[in-house]
Amino acid sequence: MTDDPPPRPVPTLADLFLTYGKIGLIGFGGINAWARRVLVEEKRWLTDQEYAETLGLGQVLPGPNALNAAIMVGDRFHGTAGAIAAPSAMFGGPLILLAGLAMLYDAYGELPTMRALLAGVGAAAAGMVLGTAAKMTEKLRPPPALLAVGLMAFAAAGILRVPLPLTVFGLAPFGIWAAWRAMRRP
Amino acid sequence: MTWAIFWQLALGFGAISLVSIGGGIAVLPEMHRLVVEVHGWMDSADFARRFALAQAAPGPNVLVVGLFGWHVGGVGGMLTAVLAMTLPTSFMAFGFSRLRARLAGRMWLKTIERGLVPIAVGLIAASGLILARGTASGWIPVAVTAASTLFVWRTDYSPLWVLGAGAVVGLLLL
Repeated sequence: MTDDPPPRPVPTLADLFLTYGKIGLIGFGGINAWARRVLVEEKRWLTDQEYAETLGLGQVLPGPNALNAAIMVGDRFHGTAGAIAAPSAMFGGPLILLAGLAMLYDAYGELPTMRALLAGVGAAAAGMVLGTAAKMTEKLRPPPALLAVGLMAFAAAGILRVPLPLTVFGLAPFGIWAAWRAMRRP
Repeated sequence: MTWAIFWQLALGFGAISLVSIGGGIAVLPEMHRLVVEVHGWMDSADFARRFALAQAAPGPNVLVVGLFGWHVGGVGGMLTAVLAMTLPTSFMAFGFSRLRARLAGRMWLKTIERGLVPIAVGLIAASGLILARGTASGWIPVAVTAASTLFVWRTDYSPLWVLGAGAVVGLLLL
């Protein structure tokens, strides 16, 4: 564990639902960076380490990783009800929005103003995602071997475009080995 | 419109969801095969446009299947595709979550969890880079991305500020 702030609040079921609804609706560029921002920084329900562990497990399981993580976070705080509330809020809002966008798209095609606006938002969202990765790395302070595994994951998926299942399962043994070594020598 | 199309959506995306490891976007080529090559529901250009629309909207990336479903069968198609893509693996994730709670504190599980952390962070960084590359159509978007990276990394202000700023820059300059 890297940080140990004062006792962390536990969300009610309604909190969980509303918060995941918010994460879904502001989740430009993908959910994960925003889920970390809201769950770790704003709400303090999870530490950086806990969030990253949950997301890591979400990535080795089949299915969308943000969804898997939402199910695990929901279950952790409110069992079955939480595991249903968190992901349905996360999907519900954006789905309604997307239905609206699809209708607009069918009716008008691509509007130049909309395109320009979304291009700007997209560039900013990309920076949001990159900045989150930098922030997480800084907060987690991984030992060199784990840092190397992270950089390899970044290079494999982001630069070399190795298929994700191969990246995840190819690097997992190295990550686990590095974690095992780090835990033996505290 | 027949029921057959809903079956095709459900079976097609349900099967794809089971092999989507590492993220929904990992299976984009499989989706292209299903939607464009096998069923001919749309052409490649339309596929790319819908993908771009879903990427630009907030929410889980995997919701792009909703747009494909919408194109094929309206609201019913959208819901069918999204549920097929999310429900089967959700049960697995839930089962795993229960198992994890029961095994909490075991040393080997902790080791595995910690070992997966750098991969999770590395893949976030990779998705940021891929997004950045997709929007980098000149020096202005690149500057927006760089400024936004620094802002989110070095400050604790809400990233919504940079999205707003990005929207303004987009409207004025792009």
